[in-house]
Amino acid sequence: MSLANAGKSKVKKAHQYIGLAYIAPWLIGFLTLQLYPFLISFWYSLTDLNLFREPRFIGLDNFIQMFTANADFWQSFRVTFIYVLAAVPAKIAFALIVAMIMNQKLRGINFFRTVYYLPSILGGSVALAILWKLLFMSEGVVNHYLSFLGIPGHNWLGDPGMALTTISLLQVWQFGSSMVLFLAGLKQIPAELYEAGRVDGASRLRMFFHITIPQLTPIILFNLIMQMVNAFQEFTAAFVITNGGPLKSTYLYGYMIYQYGFDYLKMGYASALSWVLFIVIMIFTVVIFKSSSMWVHYEDAGDF
Amino acid sequence: MQKKIVATATTYILISLLGLLMIYPLLWLVSGSFKSNAEIFNSFQLIPSRINFDAYIRGWVGLGQQTYSNFFINTIKMVVPSVFFCLLSSFLTAYGFSRFRFPFKKPLFALMIATLMLPKTVIIIPRYMIFKNLGWLDTFLPFYAPELLATQSFFIFMLVQFMRGLPRELDESAEIDGCNSFQILYRILLPLAKPALFSAAIFDFIWAWNDFFNPLIYISSVAKYPLALGLRIDLDVGAAVSWDKVMAMSVVTMLPPILIFFFAQKYFVEGIATTGLKG
Repeated sequence: MSLANAGKSKVKKAHQYIGLAYIAPWLIGFLTLQLYPFLISFWYSLTDLNLFREPRFIGLDNFIQMFTANADFWQSFRVTFIYVLAAVPAKIAFALIVAMIMNQKLRGINFFRTVYYLPSILGGSVALAILWKLLFMSEGVVNHYLSFLGIPGHNWLGDPGMALTTISLLQVWQFGSSMVLFLAGLKQIPAELYEAGRVDGASRLRMFFHITIPQLTPIILFNLIMQMVNAFQEFTAAFVITNGGPLKSTYLYGYMIYQYGFDYLKMGYASALSWVLFIVIMIFTVVIFKSSSMWVHYEDAGDF
Repeated sequence: MQKKIVATATTYILISLLGLLMIYPLLWLVSGSFKSNAEIFNSFQLIPSRINFDAYIRGWVGLGQQTYSNFFINTIKMVVPSVFFCLLSSFLTAYGFSRFRFPFKKPLFALMIATLMLPKTVIIIPRYMIFKNLGWLDTFLPFYAPELLATQSFFIFMLVQFMRGLPRELDESAEIDGCNSFQILYRILLPLAKPALFSAAIFDFIWAWNDFFNPLIYISSVAKYPLALGLRIDLDVGAAVSWDKVMAMSVVTMLPPILIFFFAQKYFVEGIATTGLKG
Protein backbone atom coordinates (compact mmCIF):
# COMPACT_ATOMS: atom_id res chain seq x y z
CA MET A 1 0.00 0.00 0.00
CA SER A 2 2.56 2.51 1.10
CA LEU A 3 4.84 1.32 -1.65
CA ALA A 4 2.16 1.94 -4.26
CA ASN A 5 1.55 5.38 -2.83
CA ALA A 6 5.21 6.23 -2.89
CA GLY A 7 5.37 5.12 -6.50
CA LYS A 8 2.35 7.18 -7.40
CA SER A 9 3.58 10.40 -5.83
CA LYS A 10 6.86 10.01 -7.67
CA VAL A 11 4.96 9.61 -10.92
CA LYS A 12 2.89 12.66 -10.11
CA LYS A 13 5.90 14.80 -9.47
CA ALA A 14 7.52 13.81 -12.73
CA HIS A 15 4.21 14.44 -14.44
CA GLN A 16 4.06 18.02 -13.21
CA TYR A 17 6.54 19.23 -15.73
CA ILE A 18 5.74 16.72 -18.44
CA GLY A 19 2.14 17.89 -18.47
CA LEU A 20 3.23 21.48 -18.82
CA ALA A 21 5.50 20.50 -21.68
CA TYR A 22 2.58 18.94 -23.55
CA ILE A 23 0.38 21.98 -23.19
CA ALA A 24 3.28 24.29 -24.11
CA PRO A 25 2.11 24.88 -27.72
CA TRP A 26 -1.24 26.05 -26.47
CA LEU A 27 0.26 28.08 -23.65
CA ILE A 28 2.56 29.96 -26.01
CA GLY A 29 -0.26 30.47 -28.49
CA PHE A 30 -2.59 31.64 -25.78
CA LEU A 31 -0.12 34.19 -24.46
CA THR A 32 1.13 35.51 -27.80
CA LEU A 33 -1.86 35.20 -30.12
CA GLN A 34 -4.81 35.52 -27.77
CA LEU A 35 -4.07 37.19 -24.45
CA TYR A 36 -1.50 39.70 -25.67
CA PRO A 37 -3.58 40.78 -28.71
CA PHE A 38 -6.61 41.05 -26.47
CA LEU A 39 -4.85 43.36 -24.02
CA ILE A 40 -2.91 45.36 -26.55
CA SER A 41 -6.04 45.98 -28.60
CA PHE A 42 -7.41 47.85 -25.62
CA TRP A 43 -4.27 49.97 -25.58
CA TYR A 44 -4.60 50.50 -29.35
CA SER A 45 -8.15 51.71 -28.84
CA LEU A 46 -6.74 54.60 -26.82
CA THR A 47 -4.31 55.59 -29.58
CA ASP A 48 -4.44 56.93 -33.11
CA LEU A 49 -2.54 53.90 -34.43
CA ASN A 50 -2.33 53.69 -38.20
CA LEU A 51 0.08 51.88 -40.46
CA PHE A 52 2.38 54.80 -41.13
CA ARG A 53 3.75 56.11 -37.86
CA GLU A 54 4.15 55.46 -34.17
CA PRO A 55 0.88 55.43 -32.28
CA ARG A 56 0.04 58.40 -30.09
CA PHE A 57 -2.03 58.14 -26.91
CA ILE A 58 -5.27 60.03 -27.36
CA GLY A 59 -7.30 58.82 -24.38
CA LEU A 60 -10.96 58.24 -25.03
CA ASP A 61 -11.06 60.31 -28.20
CA ASN A 62 -11.85 57.33 -30.42
CA PHE A 63 -14.81 56.41 -28.27
CA ILE A 64 -16.04 59.97 -27.97
CA GLN A 65 -15.75 60.38 -31.70
CA MET A 66 -17.68 57.22 -32.52
CA PHE A 67 -20.47 57.96 -30.09
CA THR A 68 -20.90 61.61 -30.94
CA ALA A 69 -19.62 62.25 -34.42
CA ASN A 70 -19.85 59.07 -36.45
CA ALA A 71 -23.17 58.39 -38.13
CA ASP A 72 -21.73 55.13 -39.54
CA PHE A 73 -21.31 53.80 -36.04
CA TRP A 74 -24.93 54.26 -34.98
CA GLN A 75 -26.21 52.99 -38.30
CA SER A 76 -24.04 49.89 -38.03
CA PHE A 77 -25.02 49.40 -34.41
CA ARG A 78 -28.70 49.49 -35.31
CA VAL A 79 -28.36 47.22 -38.33
CA THR A 80 -26.28 44.67 -36.43
CA PHE A 81 -28.75 44.55 -33.55
CA ILE A 82 -31.63 43.93 -35.89
CA TYR A 83 -29.63 41.28 -37.69
CA VAL A 84 -28.68 39.41 -34.52
CA LEU A 85 -32.11 39.71 -32.94
CA ALA A 86 -33.85 38.49 -36.09
CA ALA A 87 -31.50 35.90 -37.57
CA VAL A 88 -30.40 34.08 -34.41
CA PRO A 89 -33.81 33.32 -32.87
CA ALA A 90 -35.22 32.49 -36.31
CA LYS A 91 -32.38 30.10 -36.99
CA ILE A 92 -32.72 28.38 -33.63
CA ALA A 93 -36.50 28.12 -33.82
CA PHE A 94 -36.26 26.71 -37.29
CA ALA A 95 -33.58 24.22 -36.26
CA LEU A 96 -35.74 23.07 -33.36
CA ILE A 97 -38.88 22.63 -35.44
CA VAL A 98 -37.06 20.67 -38.11
CA ALA A 99 -35.31 18.54 -35.51
CA MET A 100 -38.72 17.73 -34.00
CA ILE A 101 -40.05 16.61 -37.35
CA MET A 102 -36.91 14.62 -38.08
CA ASN A 103 -36.91 12.90 -34.73
CA GLN A 104 -39.60 10.47 -35.81
CA LYS A 105 -38.56 6.99 -36.75
CA LEU A 106 -38.61 7.14 -40.50
CA ARG A 107 -36.87 5.25 -43.24
CA GLY A 108 -34.26 7.30 -45.04
CA ILE A 109 -34.15 10.00 -42.41
CA ASN A 110 -30.37 10.17 -42.65
CA PHE A 111 -30.66 11.25 -46.25
CA PHE A 112 -32.75 14.24 -45.23
CA ARG A 113 -30.42 15.06 -42.42
CA THR A 114 -27.60 15.24 -44.95
CA VAL A 115 -29.59 17.47 -47.27
CA TYR A 116 -30.49 19.84 -44.45
CA TYR A 117 -26.95 20.00 -43.24
CA LEU A 118 -25.38 20.66 -46.62
CA PRO A 119 -25.80 24.46 -46.66
CA SER A 120 -24.10 24.68 -43.27
CA ILE A 121 -21.00 22.98 -44.66
CA LEU A 122 -20.34 25.90 -46.93
CA GLY A 123 -20.60 28.32 -44.04
CA GLY A 124 -19.44 31.82 -44.75
CA SER A 125 -17.76 30.93 -48.02
CA VAL A 126 -17.56 33.42 -50.85
CA ALA A 127 -19.21 30.93 -53.22
CA LEU A 128 -22.31 30.80 -51.05
CA ALA A 129 -22.45 34.58 -50.79
CA ILE A 130 -22.27 34.79 -54.57
CA LEU A 131 -25.04 32.24 -54.86
CA TRP A 132 -27.23 34.31 -52.56
CA LYS A 133 -26.60 37.38 -54.62
CA LEU A 134 -27.62 35.52 -57.75
CA LEU A 135 -30.77 34.10 -56.22
CA PHE A 136 -32.07 37.43 -55.01
CA MET A 137 -31.12 39.66 -57.92
CA SER A 138 -34.03 41.41 -59.62
CA GLU A 139 -33.86 38.95 -62.48
CA GLY A 140 -32.98 36.07 -60.17
CA VAL A 141 -34.70 32.81 -59.40
CA VAL A 142 -36.61 33.98 -56.36
CA ASN A 143 -38.48 36.62 -58.29
CA HIS A 144 -39.11 34.14 -61.06
CA TYR A 145 -40.85 31.73 -58.73
CA LEU A 146 -42.75 34.50 -56.98
CA SER A 147 -44.14 35.62 -60.30
CA PHE A 148 -45.41 32.07 -60.77
CA LEU A 149 -47.42 32.57 -57.63
CA GLY A 150 -48.61 35.93 -58.85
CA ILE A 151 -46.47 37.85 -56.39
CA PRO A 152 -44.68 40.81 -57.95
CA GLY A 153 -40.89 40.61 -57.94
CA HIS A 154 -38.74 42.72 -55.75
CA ASN A 155 -35.27 44.15 -55.87
CA TRP A 156 -34.35 42.29 -52.68
CA LEU A 157 -30.76 43.40 -52.43
CA GLY A 158 -31.24 46.86 -53.89
CA ASP A 159 -33.98 47.90 -51.50
CA PRO A 160 -32.69 49.28 -48.19
CA GLY A 161 -35.83 47.95 -46.53
CA MET A 162 -35.27 44.35 -47.67
CA ALA A 163 -31.53 43.80 -48.04
CA LEU A 164 -30.92 42.98 -44.38
CA THR A 165 -33.78 40.49 -44.32
CA THR A 166 -32.36 38.84 -47.42
CA ILE A 167 -28.98 38.44 -45.76
CA SER A 168 -30.58 37.15 -42.59
CA LEU A 169 -32.24 34.42 -44.64
CA LEU A 170 -28.81 33.14 -45.62
CA GLN A 171 -28.03 32.78 -41.95
CA VAL A 172 -31.30 30.98 -41.23
CA TRP A 173 -30.79 28.64 -44.18
CA GLN A 174 -27.69 27.32 -42.42
CA PHE A 175 -29.51 25.87 -39.45
CA GLY A 176 -27.95 22.42 -39.91
CA SER A 177 -25.51 22.27 -37.03
CA SER A 178 -28.03 23.62 -34.53
CA MET A 179 -30.47 21.03 -35.82
CA VAL A 180 -28.03 18.18 -35.28
CA LEU A 181 -27.50 19.34 -31.70
CA PHE A 182 -31.24 19.43 -31.09
CA LEU A 183 -31.61 15.98 -32.59
CA ALA A 184 -28.96 14.64 -30.25
CA GLY A 185 -30.77 16.35 -27.37
CA LEU A 186 -34.16 14.98 -28.34
CA LYS A 187 -32.79 11.44 -28.28
CA GLN A 188 -31.68 11.99 -24.68
CA ILE A 189 -35.14 12.83 -23.36
CA PRO A 190 -36.39 9.85 -21.32
CA ALA A 191 -39.40 8.19 -22.94
CA GLU A 192 -41.04 7.81 -19.50
CA LEU A 193 -41.65 11.54 -19.40
CA TYR A 194 -43.82 11.34 -22.49
CA GLU A 195 -45.54 8.20 -21.24
CA ALA A 196 -46.39 9.93 -18.00
CA GLY A 197 -47.72 12.84 -19.99
CA ARG A 198 -49.86 10.56 -22.11
CA VAL A 199 -51.27 8.85 -19.02
CA ASP A 200 -52.21 12.25 -17.67
CA GLY A 201 -53.97 12.96 -20.94
CA ALA A 202 -51.73 15.82 -22.01
CA SER A 203 -52.01 16.99 -25.59
CA ARG A 204 -49.02 16.88 -27.89
CA LEU A 205 -48.73 20.65 -27.77
CA ARG A 206 -48.76 20.58 -24.00
CA MET A 207 -46.08 17.91 -23.92
CA PHE A 208 -44.00 19.97 -26.31
CA PHE A 209 -44.10 22.98 -24.01
CA HIS A 210 -43.88 21.12 -20.73
CA ILE A 211 -41.51 18.27 -21.55
CA THR A 212 -39.61 18.81 -24.79
CA ILE A 213 -38.74 22.47 -24.46
CA PRO A 214 -37.64 22.32 -20.80
CA GLN A 215 -35.50 19.26 -21.50
CA LEU A 216 -33.83 20.98 -24.42
CA THR A 217 -33.11 24.27 -22.65
CA PRO A 218 -29.40 23.52 -22.06
CA ILE A 219 -28.99 23.01 -25.82
CA ILE A 220 -31.03 26.11 -26.58
CA LEU A 221 -28.70 28.05 -24.29
CA PHE A 222 -25.60 26.69 -26.00
CA ASN A 223 -26.96 27.39 -29.49
CA LEU A 224 -28.10 30.84 -28.48
CA ILE A 225 -24.70 31.89 -27.20
CA MET A 226 -22.59 30.42 -29.97
CA GLN A 227 -24.85 31.67 -32.75
CA MET A 228 -25.09 35.10 -31.17
CA VAL A 229 -21.32 35.49 -30.83
CA ASN A 230 -20.94 34.50 -34.48
CA ALA A 231 -23.77 36.64 -35.80
CA PHE A 232 -22.42 39.75 -34.11
CA GLN A 233 -19.22 39.30 -36.12
CA GLU A 234 -20.72 38.41 -39.51
CA PHE A 235 -18.57 39.76 -42.28
CA THR A 236 -18.58 37.86 -45.57
CA ALA A 237 -22.27 38.27 -46.33
CA ALA A 238 -22.20 42.04 -45.87
CA PHE A 239 -18.95 42.38 -47.77
CA VAL A 240 -19.58 40.12 -50.76
CA ILE A 241 -23.34 40.30 -51.26
CA THR A 242 -24.14 43.94 -50.66
CA ASN A 243 -20.95 45.77 -49.77
CA GLY A 244 -22.79 47.15 -46.78
CA GLY A 245 -25.36 48.81 -48.98
CA PRO A 246 -27.75 49.96 -50.20
CA LEU A 247 -27.62 53.11 -48.10
CA LYS A 248 -25.67 51.21 -45.42
CA SER A 249 -28.72 49.08 -44.71
CA THR A 250 -26.47 46.00 -44.38
CA TYR A 251 -23.53 47.78 -42.83
CA LEU A 252 -22.89 45.04 -40.28
CA TYR A 253 -20.49 45.77 -37.47
CA GLY A 254 -17.90 43.21 -38.58
CA TYR A 255 -17.77 44.92 -41.94
CA MET A 256 -17.41 48.36 -40.35
CA ILE A 257 -14.42 47.18 -38.31
CA TYR A 258 -12.84 45.78 -41.46
CA GLN A 259 -13.45 48.99 -43.33
CA TYR A 260 -12.00 51.29 -40.68
CA GLY A 261 -9.07 48.99 -40.00
CA PHE A 262 -8.09 47.79 -43.44
CA ASP A 263 -9.57 50.26 -45.94
CA TYR A 264 -9.11 53.50 -44.02
CA LEU A 265 -6.13 52.01 -42.12
CA LYS A 266 -7.27 53.59 -38.87
CA MET A 267 -6.17 50.70 -36.68
CA GLY A 268 -6.61 52.54 -33.40
CA TYR A 269 -10.13 53.57 -34.25
CA ALA A 270 -10.98 50.08 -35.48
CA SER A 271 -9.66 48.67 -32.20
CA ALA A 272 -11.97 50.99 -30.31
CA LEU A 273 -14.85 49.80 -32.48
CA SER A 274 -13.95 46.19 -31.78
CA TRP A 275 -13.84 46.82 -28.04
CA VAL A 276 -17.33 48.25 -28.12
CA LEU A 277 -18.44 45.10 -29.94
CA PHE A 278 -16.65 42.96 -27.38
CA ILE A 279 -18.43 44.73 -24.54
CA VAL A 280 -21.80 44.38 -26.25
CA ILE A 281 -21.21 40.66 -26.79
CA MET A 282 -20.14 40.32 -23.16
CA ILE A 283 -23.29 42.07 -21.95
CA PHE A 284 -25.45 39.81 -24.08
CA THR A 285 -23.62 36.71 -22.90
CA VAL A 286 -23.84 37.68 -19.25
CA VAL A 287 -27.53 38.54 -19.53
CA ILE A 288 -28.26 35.23 -21.24
CA PHE A 289 -26.24 33.28 -18.66
CA LYS A 290 -27.77 35.15 -15.71
CA SER A 291 -31.26 34.68 -17.03
CA SER A 292 -30.56 31.02 -17.75
CA SER A 293 -31.12 30.06 -14.12
CA MET A 294 -34.74 31.03 -14.69
CA TRP A 295 -35.32 29.08 -17.87
CA VAL A 296 -32.65 26.46 -18.29
CA HIS A 297 -33.59 23.13 -16.88
CA TYR A 298 -30.51 21.36 -15.53
CA GLU A 299 -30.87 17.76 -14.73
CA ASP A 300 -28.52 15.79 -16.86
CA ALA A 301 -26.94 18.72 -18.59
CA GLY A 302 -23.69 18.12 -20.40
CA ASP A 303 -20.45 19.96 -19.93
CA PHE A 304 -21.80 23.31 -20.84
CA MET B 1 -53.45 2.41 -38.43
CA GLN B 2 -54.90 4.52 -41.22
CA LYS B 3 -54.22 7.59 -39.14
CA LYS B 4 -50.62 6.57 -38.72
CA ILE B 5 -50.11 6.11 -42.46
CA VAL B 6 -51.54 9.55 -43.11
CA ALA B 7 -49.28 11.04 -40.47
CA THR B 8 -46.20 9.34 -41.92
CA ALA B 9 -47.11 10.43 -45.43
CA THR B 10 -47.60 14.00 -44.26
CA THR B 11 -44.22 13.97 -42.58
CA TYR B 12 -42.55 12.66 -45.72
CA ILE B 13 -44.19 15.31 -47.87
CA LEU B 14 -43.22 18.00 -45.41
CA ILE B 15 -39.58 16.99 -45.08
CA SER B 16 -39.28 16.45 -48.83
CA LEU B 17 -40.61 19.92 -49.60
CA LEU B 18 -38.33 21.45 -47.03
CA GLY B 19 -35.44 19.38 -48.34
CA LEU B 20 -36.11 20.65 -51.82
CA LEU B 21 -36.12 24.20 -50.54
CA MET B 22 -32.80 23.58 -48.80
CA ILE B 23 -31.05 22.01 -51.72
CA TYR B 24 -32.62 23.92 -54.59
CA PRO B 25 -30.23 26.90 -54.51
CA LEU B 26 -27.25 24.57 -54.77
CA LEU B 27 -28.80 22.54 -57.58
CA TRP B 28 -29.62 25.74 -59.38
CA LEU B 29 -26.04 26.89 -59.06
CA VAL B 30 -24.72 23.65 -60.55
CA SER B 31 -27.30 23.79 -63.31
CA GLY B 32 -26.53 27.42 -64.08
CA SER B 33 -22.85 26.67 -64.40
CA PHE B 34 -23.65 24.59 -67.50
CA LYS B 35 -25.88 27.22 -69.06
CA SER B 36 -24.96 30.20 -71.15
CA ASN B 37 -25.10 33.63 -69.59
CA ALA B 38 -28.36 34.37 -71.39
CA GLU B 39 -29.98 31.10 -70.43
CA ILE B 40 -29.26 31.56 -66.72
CA PHE B 41 -31.80 34.34 -66.35
CA ASN B 42 -34.22 33.36 -69.09
CA SER B 43 -34.77 29.72 -68.48
CA PHE B 44 -35.36 28.51 -64.99
CA GLN B 45 -35.34 24.83 -65.73
CA LEU B 46 -32.90 22.88 -63.66
CA ILE B 47 -31.83 20.80 -66.63
CA PRO B 48 -29.83 23.03 -68.97
CA SER B 49 -30.81 22.96 -72.62
CA ARG B 50 -27.43 21.42 -73.35
CA ILE B 51 -24.54 20.49 -71.13
CA ASN B 52 -21.91 23.06 -71.80
CA PHE B 53 -18.54 23.09 -70.12
CA ASP B 54 -17.69 26.37 -71.73
CA ALA B 55 -18.10 28.40 -68.52
CA TYR B 56 -15.70 26.08 -66.72
CA ILE B 57 -13.11 26.39 -69.43
CA ARG B 58 -13.37 30.18 -69.64
CA GLY B 59 -13.69 30.55 -65.88
CA TRP B 60 -10.65 28.43 -65.12
CA VAL B 61 -8.46 30.96 -66.92
CA GLY B 62 -9.08 33.30 -63.97
CA LEU B 63 -7.05 36.44 -64.31
CA GLY B 64 -4.99 35.22 -67.24
CA GLN B 65 -1.67 34.94 -65.45
CA GLN B 66 -3.29 33.40 -62.40
CA THR B 67 -5.50 30.51 -63.34
CA TYR B 68 -7.71 28.54 -61.03
CA SER B 69 -4.98 25.91 -60.98
CA ASN B 70 -2.87 28.45 -59.12
CA PHE B 71 -5.73 29.39 -56.81
CA PHE B 72 -6.28 25.72 -56.05
CA ILE B 73 -2.62 25.07 -55.37
CA ASN B 74 -2.47 28.13 -53.13
CA THR B 75 -5.54 27.04 -51.20
CA ILE B 76 -4.06 23.60 -50.67
CA LYS B 77 -0.73 25.11 -49.59
CA MET B 78 -2.60 27.26 -47.13
CA VAL B 79 -5.05 24.69 -45.81
CA VAL B 80 -3.27 21.34 -45.65
CA PRO B 81 -0.34 22.35 -43.41
CA SER B 82 -2.76 24.34 -41.27
CA VAL B 83 -4.89 21.28 -40.64
CA PHE B 84 -1.86 19.15 -39.87
CA PHE B 85 -0.45 21.71 -37.44
CA CYS B 86 -3.82 22.12 -35.80
CA LEU B 87 -4.16 18.39 -35.17
CA LEU B 88 -0.62 18.08 -33.89
CA SER B 89 -0.76 20.95 -31.42
CA SER B 90 -4.33 20.32 -30.30
CA PHE B 91 -3.63 16.66 -29.71
CA LEU B 92 -0.53 17.34 -27.62
CA THR B 93 -2.38 19.95 -25.59
CA ALA B 94 -5.38 17.73 -25.11
CA TYR B 95 -3.06 14.96 -23.90
CA GLY B 96 -1.49 17.35 -21.41
CA PHE B 97 -4.84 18.46 -20.06
CA SER B 98 -6.51 15.08 -19.94
CA ARG B 99 -3.69 12.90 -18.59
CA PHE B 100 -1.40 14.96 -16.34
CA ARG B 101 -1.50 16.99 -13.21
CA PHE B 102 0.43 20.20 -13.10
CA PRO B 103 0.29 23.51 -11.26
CA PHE B 104 -2.59 25.82 -12.26
CA LYS B 105 -4.13 23.14 -14.43
CA LYS B 106 -7.70 24.08 -13.54
CA PRO B 107 -7.45 27.81 -14.18
CA LEU B 108 -5.49 27.18 -17.36
CA PHE B 109 -8.15 24.82 -18.59
CA ALA B 110 -10.81 27.37 -17.74
CA LEU B 111 -8.89 30.00 -19.71
CA MET B 112 -8.66 27.65 -22.65
CA ILE B 113 -12.42 27.15 -22.58
CA ALA B 114 -12.97 30.88 -22.16
CA THR B 115 -11.11 31.60 -25.39
CA LEU B 116 -13.87 29.70 -27.18
CA MET B 117 -16.02 32.73 -26.52
CA LEU B 118 -13.46 35.39 -27.26
CA PRO B 119 -14.77 37.32 -30.27
CA LYS B 120 -12.18 37.05 -33.04
CA THR B 121 -12.89 40.60 -34.07
CA VAL B 122 -11.12 41.94 -30.98
CA ILE B 123 -7.79 40.32 -31.75
CA ILE B 124 -7.69 40.81 -35.52
CA ILE B 125 -5.90 44.15 -35.57
CA PRO B 126 -3.19 43.24 -33.02
CA ARG B 127 -2.60 39.95 -34.83
CA TYR B 128 -2.28 41.83 -38.07
CA MET B 129 0.26 44.15 -36.46
CA ILE B 130 2.21 41.21 -35.02
CA PHE B 131 2.41 39.45 -38.36
CA LYS B 132 3.25 42.70 -40.10
CA ASN B 133 6.12 43.36 -37.68
CA LEU B 134 7.39 39.83 -38.22
CA GLY B 135 7.36 40.48 -41.97
CA TRP B 136 4.85 37.67 -42.50
CA LEU B 137 2.28 39.59 -44.51
CA ASP B 138 1.56 38.09 -47.90
CA THR B 139 2.81 34.68 -46.78
CA PHE B 140 0.93 31.71 -45.37
CA LEU B 141 2.67 31.95 -42.01
CA PRO B 142 -0.23 33.92 -40.44
CA PHE B 143 -2.32 30.83 -41.20
CA TYR B 144 0.16 28.24 -39.96
CA ALA B 145 1.36 29.89 -36.75
CA PRO B 146 -2.00 30.12 -34.94
CA GLU B 147 -2.70 26.49 -35.79
CA LEU B 148 0.73 25.31 -34.70
CA LEU B 149 0.16 27.13 -31.42
CA ALA B 150 -3.20 25.47 -30.77
CA THR B 151 -5.29 28.61 -30.78
CA GLN B 152 -8.34 26.70 -31.99
CA SER B 153 -9.43 25.79 -28.51
CA PHE B 154 -12.53 24.17 -29.87
CA PHE B 155 -10.50 21.20 -31.09
CA ILE B 156 -8.57 20.93 -27.85
CA PHE B 157 -11.84 20.81 -25.98
CA MET B 158 -13.20 18.20 -28.37
CA LEU B 159 -10.11 16.00 -28.04
CA VAL B 160 -10.00 16.37 -24.25
CA GLN B 161 -13.60 15.19 -24.10
CA PHE B 162 -12.70 12.24 -26.26
CA MET B 163 -9.57 11.27 -24.33
CA ARG B 164 -11.38 11.42 -21.02
CA GLY B 165 -13.45 8.57 -22.38
CA LEU B 166 -10.38 6.39 -23.02
CA PRO B 167 -9.57 4.20 -20.02
CA ARG B 168 -6.51 5.27 -18.07
CA GLU B 169 -5.67 1.65 -17.40
CA LEU B 170 -4.32 1.50 -20.92
CA ASP B 171 -1.76 4.20 -20.12
CA GLU B 172 -0.91 2.58 -16.83
CA SER B 173 -0.27 -0.84 -18.29
CA ALA B 174 1.83 0.69 -21.05
CA GLU B 175 3.77 2.56 -18.40
CA ILE B 176 4.41 -0.66 -16.54
CA ASP B 177 5.65 -2.12 -19.81
CA GLY B 178 8.20 0.68 -19.87
CA CYS B 179 6.64 3.19 -22.22
CA ASN B 180 7.42 6.83 -21.57
CA SER B 181 4.68 9.40 -21.83
CA PHE B 182 5.35 10.17 -25.46
CA GLN B 183 5.31 6.50 -26.41
CA ILE B 184 1.98 6.15 -24.63
CA LEU B 185 0.66 9.05 -26.64
CA TYR B 186 2.03 7.80 -29.90
CA ARG B 187 1.47 4.06 -29.61
CA ILE B 188 -1.61 3.76 -27.42
CA LEU B 189 -3.69 6.92 -27.59
CA LEU B 190 -3.05 8.06 -31.14
CA PRO B 191 -4.51 4.94 -32.78
CA LEU B 192 -7.51 5.05 -30.46
CA ALA B 193 -8.09 8.75 -31.06
CA LYS B 194 -8.18 8.42 -34.83
CA PRO B 195 -11.93 8.97 -35.18
CA ALA B 196 -11.80 12.14 -33.08
CA LEU B 197 -8.75 13.41 -34.93
CA PHE B 198 -10.40 12.65 -38.22
CA SER B 199 -13.47 14.59 -37.30
CA ALA B 200 -11.36 17.53 -36.10
CA ALA B 201 -9.39 17.42 -39.35
CA ILE B 202 -12.54 17.54 -41.45
CA PHE B 203 -13.92 20.53 -39.60
CA ASP B 204 -10.68 22.42 -39.64
CA PHE B 205 -10.19 21.67 -43.32
CA ILE B 206 -13.62 22.95 -44.27
CA TRP B 207 -13.38 26.06 -42.13
CA ALA B 208 -9.96 26.91 -43.50
CA TRP B 209 -11.12 26.20 -47.04
CA ASN B 210 -14.13 28.49 -46.71
CA ASP B 211 -12.28 31.20 -44.82
CA PHE B 212 -12.43 34.51 -46.57
CA PHE B 213 -11.59 37.13 -43.99
CA ASN B 214 -8.05 36.04 -43.13
CA PRO B 215 -6.82 35.66 -46.73
CA LEU B 216 -8.41 39.02 -47.46
CA ILE B 217 -6.32 40.79 -44.85
CA TYR B 218 -3.09 38.80 -45.02
CA ILE B 219 -2.66 37.96 -48.71
CA SER B 220 -2.10 40.81 -51.11
CA SER B 221 -0.33 39.46 -54.19
CA VAL B 222 -2.54 37.78 -56.72
CA ALA B 223 0.04 35.04 -57.26
CA LYS B 224 -0.70 33.86 -53.72
CA TYR B 225 -4.47 34.19 -53.87
CA PRO B 226 -6.46 31.26 -52.58
CA LEU B 227 -9.79 30.34 -54.20
CA ALA B 228 -11.87 32.62 -52.00
CA LEU B 229 -10.00 35.71 -53.18
CA GLY B 230 -9.85 34.57 -56.80
CA LEU B 231 -13.57 34.08 -56.81
CA ARG B 232 -14.22 37.52 -55.43
CA ILE B 233 -12.07 39.09 -58.11
CA ASP B 234 -14.29 37.43 -60.70
CA LEU B 235 -17.25 39.12 -59.10
CA ASP B 236 -15.52 42.43 -58.93
CA VAL B 237 -14.69 43.05 -62.55
CA GLY B 238 -17.42 45.64 -63.03
CA ALA B 239 -20.95 45.78 -64.31
CA ALA B 240 -20.73 43.09 -66.95
CA VAL B 241 -20.19 40.06 -64.76
CA SER B 242 -20.15 36.80 -66.67
CA TRP B 243 -22.40 34.98 -64.30
CA ASP B 244 -21.90 31.64 -66.01
CA LYS B 245 -18.17 31.83 -65.29
CA VAL B 246 -18.73 32.93 -61.72
CA MET B 247 -21.22 30.13 -61.16
CA ALA B 248 -18.90 27.53 -62.63
CA MET B 249 -16.02 28.63 -60.44
CA SER B 250 -18.27 28.81 -57.38
CA VAL B 251 -19.16 25.17 -57.99
CA VAL B 252 -15.49 24.32 -58.30
CA THR B 253 -14.59 25.95 -54.99
CA MET B 254 -17.51 24.30 -53.21
CA LEU B 255 -16.70 20.86 -54.47
CA PRO B 256 -13.93 19.78 -52.08
CA PRO B 257 -15.86 20.58 -48.87
CA ILE B 258 -18.99 18.94 -50.24
CA LEU B 259 -17.14 15.80 -51.35
CA ILE B 260 -15.48 15.53 -47.96
CA PHE B 261 -18.81 15.97 -46.29
CA PHE B 262 -20.32 13.11 -48.25
CA PHE B 263 -17.41 10.76 -47.70
CA ALA B 264 -17.04 11.55 -44.04
CA GLN B 265 -20.58 12.19 -42.89
CA LYS B 266 -20.41 9.80 -40.00
CA TYR B 267 -17.57 11.74 -38.40
CA PHE B 268 -19.29 14.98 -39.11
CA VAL B 269 -22.45 14.19 -37.25
CA GLU B 270 -20.47 12.67 -34.39
CA GLY B 271 -18.27 15.73 -34.18
CA ILE B 272 -21.21 18.05 -33.93
CA ALA B 273 -23.41 15.97 -31.74
CA THR B 274 -20.75 15.31 -29.14
CA THR B 275 -19.44 18.81 -28.80
CA GLY B 276 -21.76 21.25 -30.43
CA LEU B 277 -20.61 23.57 -33.11
CA LYS B 278 -21.00 26.72 -35.01
CA GLY B 279 -22.05 26.77 -38.58
